[in-house]
Amino acid sequence: MNRTPILFLNVLVIATCGLVYELLAGTLASYVLGDSVTQFSLIIGIYLSALGVGSWLSRFVERELARRFVDVELAVAVVGGASAPLLFLSFAHLSYFHVVLYALVFFIGVLVGLEIPLLMRIMKDHLDFKELVARVLAFDYAGALIASLLFPIFLVPKLGLVRTSLLFGFLNAGVGLWATWLMRPIIGGGVTRLRAQACVVLALLAVAFVKADALTSLAEDAMFADDIVYTKTTHYQRIVVTRNRAGFQLFLNGNLQFSSADEYRYHEALVHPALALAAEGGREVRRVLVLGGGDGLALREILKYPSVREVVLVDLDPDMTELSRRFPPLARLNQNSFEDPRVRVVNEDAMIWLERDEPPFDAAIVDFPDPNSFALGKLYTTRFYRLLKERLAPEAAVSVQSTSPLFARNSYWCIVRTLEAAGFQVRPYYTAVPSFGVWGFALARRTPFEVPAHAPQVALKFLDDASLPAMFMLSADLGPVPVEVNRLDNQSLVRYYEAEWRRYE
Amino acid sequence: MAGRGLTRRELLAAFLGAPFALAACGQREAAPPLPEGEVVGASDGIGHLIRDGLRPEPETWERAGVVIVGGGVAGLAAAWRFLHAGFEDFVLLELEAAPGGTARSGEEHGVVPYPWGAHYLPAPMKENRALVTLLDELGVLEGSDAAGEPVVAEQFICRDPEERVYYRGRWYEGLYLHAGANDEDARQLQLFNAEVDRWAAWRDKQGRRAFAIPVSLCSDDAEVTALDRLSMGEWMRARGFTSERLRWLVDYGCRDDYGLGVEQASAWAGLFYFASRMKAPGAESQPLITWPEGNGRLVRHLYEKARSHVRLGLAVADVRTVVDESRRVGTPAAGGVEVVAVGRDGRGALGFRAEHVVFAAPQFLTKYLLKSYREGACPSHVAEFEYGAWMVANLFLSARPRAGLGFPAAWDNVLYESPSLGYVTATHQRGLERGPTVFTYYYPLTEPNPRDARARLLSAGRDEWAEVALSDLQRAHRDIRTLTRRLDVMRWGHAMIRPRVGFQWGGARVKARQPFGPVHFAHTDLSGVPLFEEAFDHGLRAAEEILAARGLPSETMR
Ligand SMILES: Cc1cc2nc3c(=O)[nH]c(=O)nc-3n(C[C@H](O)[C@H](O)[C@H](O)COP(=O)(O)OP(=O)(O)OC[C@H]3O[C@@H](n4cnc5c(N)ncnc54)[C@H](O)[C@@H]3O)c2cc1C
Repeated sequence: MNRTPILFLNVLVIATCGLVYELLAGTLASYVLGDSVTQFSLIIGIYLSALGVGSWLSRFVERELARRFVDVELAVAVVGGASAPLLFLSFAHLSYFHVVLYALVFFIGVLVGLEIPLLMRIMKDHLDFKELVARVLAFDYAGALIASLLFPIFLVPKLGLVRTSLLFGFLNAGVGLWATWLMRPIIGGGVTRLRAQACVVLALLAVAFVKADALTSLAEDAMFADDIVYTKTTHYQRIVVTRNRAGFQLFLNGNLQFSSADEYRYHEALVHPALALAAEGGREVRRVLVLGGGDGLALREILKYPSVREVVLVDLDPDMTELSRRFPPLARLNQNSFEDPRVRVVNEDAMIWLERDEPPFDAAIVDFPDPNSFALGKLYTTRFYRLLKERLAPEAAVSVQSTSPLFARNSYWCIVRTLEAAGFQVRPYYTAVPSFGVWGFALARRTPFEVPAHAPQVALKFLDDASLPAMFMLSADLGPVPVEVNRLDNQSLVRYYEAEWRRYE
Repeated sequence: MAGRGLTRRELLAAFLGAPFALAACGQREAAPPLPEGEVVGASDGIGHLIRDGLRPEPETWERAGVVIVGGGVAGLAAAWRFLHAGFEDFVLLELEAAPGGTARSGEEHGVVPYPWGAHYLPAPMKENRALVTLLDELGVLEGSDAAGEPVVAEQFICRDPEERVYYRGRWYEGLYLHAGANDEDARQLQLFNAEVDRWAAWRDKQGRRAFAIPVSLCSDDAEVTALDRLSMGEWMRARGFTSERLRWLVDYGCRDDYGLGVEQASAWAGLFYFASRMKAPGAESQPLITWPEGNGRLVRHLYEKARSHVRLGLAVADVRTVVDESRRVGTPAAGGVEVVAVGRDGRGALGFRAEHVVFAAPQFLTKYLLKSYREGACPSHVAEFEYGAWMVANLFLSARPRAGLGFPAAWDNVLYESPSLGYVTATHQRGLERGPTVFTYYYPLTEPNPRDARARLLSAGRDEWAEVALSDLQRAHRDIRTLTRRLDVMRWGHAMIRPRVGFQWGGARVKARQPFGPVHFAHTDLSGVPLFEEAFDHGLRAAEEILAARGLPSETMR
């Protein structure tokens, strides 16, 4: 059998695949569980030891080596190929994530550990030992190099994690199928069945590759500059979490909601002026309402106040609040605020919820996505703000995220004027959030008020006595423009917003 | 299609046009399975029994000062007016098991209630005092503006986006198809709007508008009434309005409000549609007031007020004025009147002796129900009242159809190339943008001869109508069949008065409005146009006539 040179090509492919699986698991683990040093070293440790277990187990394989080799290839193809999709799916049940992750890594390691010893034994009759070891190991390490270069440069940016995993599963299965020809003489009977099995595996992986859209679409991978670590299409929206060196980002329907690197600027600006105003004159801020804000980051800021007894958070999407509670990077970022006994979560349309009777709130934080659809536009109407007003104590303060006064000046002022038309006194303010740009808010109360002069006495990273009042000094290019008031029956805001953001697309 | 001997292709050709049927059926004749559902009305069985001579003699008699025949908007308005005057001695008899007539609504099966007919009311102007009072009672108004015009609270005004139109694979905002319009189209639209503005501004010597709501406030100046003698189509051609899109818009308006095509509706009616809801030239049309259940909300309010006087499921079979002078002891000038009603199965006759009747059923029924009319004294004006036939289907969807190309979902969703009017979404006004919903699909039958229209309406059963509605909507929503879990059908045989050429000012309306002895008439058909405001106004008028006749004059609310 003079096919040995080609068999070394197999070694190369096998080695590349093996390392790719390891890298995939390590990357996903550090995305999801954070703490990449620990995760990578754990994954490497488990994987290497599993390789050892596999190699040791190879001694129990005594007969039909070639046939077993094909079996192992197909098994690696299935388990390794499905590893990233499997891990993605297990995000939804995060309590099992660790178990699935480590078990998978171990199992793949064992299978990969079986491959090289088997192959070496198959080839041993055709080469002397010195040659064999030298060549096999050389190809093995070359494969590792290829994998470690391809992975960050080509695979993740171009294919994404899920497709990478499926693609390499495909290669493994290909090696298995190919081996049925290369090793035809030593396989003996039943080759056809073996080939059929390989074809089934190949077909399954190919289908999965095409269907990978259900998890992340190629378009989406291309749209987001960074790695996608979580996606879900809920009844209400498409949630995507991406990750880069600076931290991670949440997107709803493709629109950035925050970046962990600078969200503190946004959320401190959103929450504290309102709570400071509500607490003015020594009033106790006990009940706080959050509308939207399913990421729990505004919650984190509110829970810093010991006077707060109850926070009601109304967010349409149960999948969003669940993710914020259970997805470790998010839960860490919002400091597990959903576990705080003072927090009550209501998953309902905020407008319909506001029609209900509730004891009055001392402050309200309104943090909806930008008004880019009629369904969102209604949450910025006079009707909405009037309903909100009925749920507030007489001196309660409200803050509203109001899109960018720089990029969408008409939209920004439309929100301000709408609040005024609904009977609020309003003070516009803004701050710079690097990942968003210049961002606008509105502080409102029923009765006239002065901007709070001091930052509240809670732990803050961004606001202090100087920066808080400064946010209320609007520069000339952000000043008022004449706009219509946004009502349910005109949805002016959505139309302004469309026109303004279209310029940037 | 199994039923009624039509193949699916024949059915679709008859109801949606031959080209559509060809395209929809392709090579395959087999029809996809239909969702469950039933024909929910209107009850024509008992109506036909009465038409064919069912006149039982009651064993028990009750007395009432006034009997109101019919619990549609007009009848309920009369009751409302009586109660406002503190007059309680009346009963209202309604044939159907639910009040409201063509403005009624349903709530079974749906996430929100939904209409079976009338679904909106344009905000009234301050002149329409009674309606302003009614809306105020309902909490719909928030006071009035600087000019004294009533201000409707935001949540009752139809939410934006109000309407969109589907044309060749794409949805467009609004009703007028702006996309692809050329300069000539644009010029004609502008001229047409100028013409409408002219009519909105027009006043006669007494200062009356040409087109006002209620119609009783309209001018009868010759310049206006001349518009009644030609069709809207003729009027448009005479002015050079040949633009295809403009013609479509006007035709749609006529079909939407009257169930008549642009060649059938009078120019008076056509212009009424556009000019009567405009405060001043150039102004926006009055905003529309609506609820998930449409005007069913107004019906509920009126019904709740009058509930203890209303008897449902009682069909009036006979109304006979009593000429026997001896029975008139102590009653005012007019003679008494006997009203005989039966249950919906034609049994259980019940008699009412009253001094007055408000006849709040359609005018064509007088020839069957009024004994004197039946026995030869039927005035010729009764035959002038012609009624169109409509099919209304409610589709109960488990989820929203996938978003198509173009403009997003609106309240009113119209198909440009369809004989139907498209559908209205019940959840729109509730602000539920996702999940289950109810689509109310409207299909007017516009045959020139109303009898032909009714024959076609009744030739199709639940399954045939379901097939028509689904096939029609499927062109815009490919997934409609899988999403529709139930589809109920209402066949309105006498849905609404047809304001065809010559009817409005031909004299029949005026004659029909005159009381016949103690019987006073109230129905929207007396206005020549089918509108809530008109039905309401006639109910008030009839009630006030009776109050005056009974010596209980109170200041008019109209
Ligand atoms: C499909 C459709 C859509 C419409 N959309 C609108 C709209 O959007 N806006 C609008 O303003 N108008 C609309 N209309 C017009 C609507 O008809 C009027 O607004 C108004 O509701 C008419 O009320 P009415 O009382 O005059 O007549 P009807 O509604 O005809 O009421 C007559 C009542 O008399 C009862 N009756 C009949 N015979 C007897 C009997 N023998 N004994 C006892 N009772 C009897 C009937 O059951 C009925 O309840 C629509 C009509 C239809 C059919």
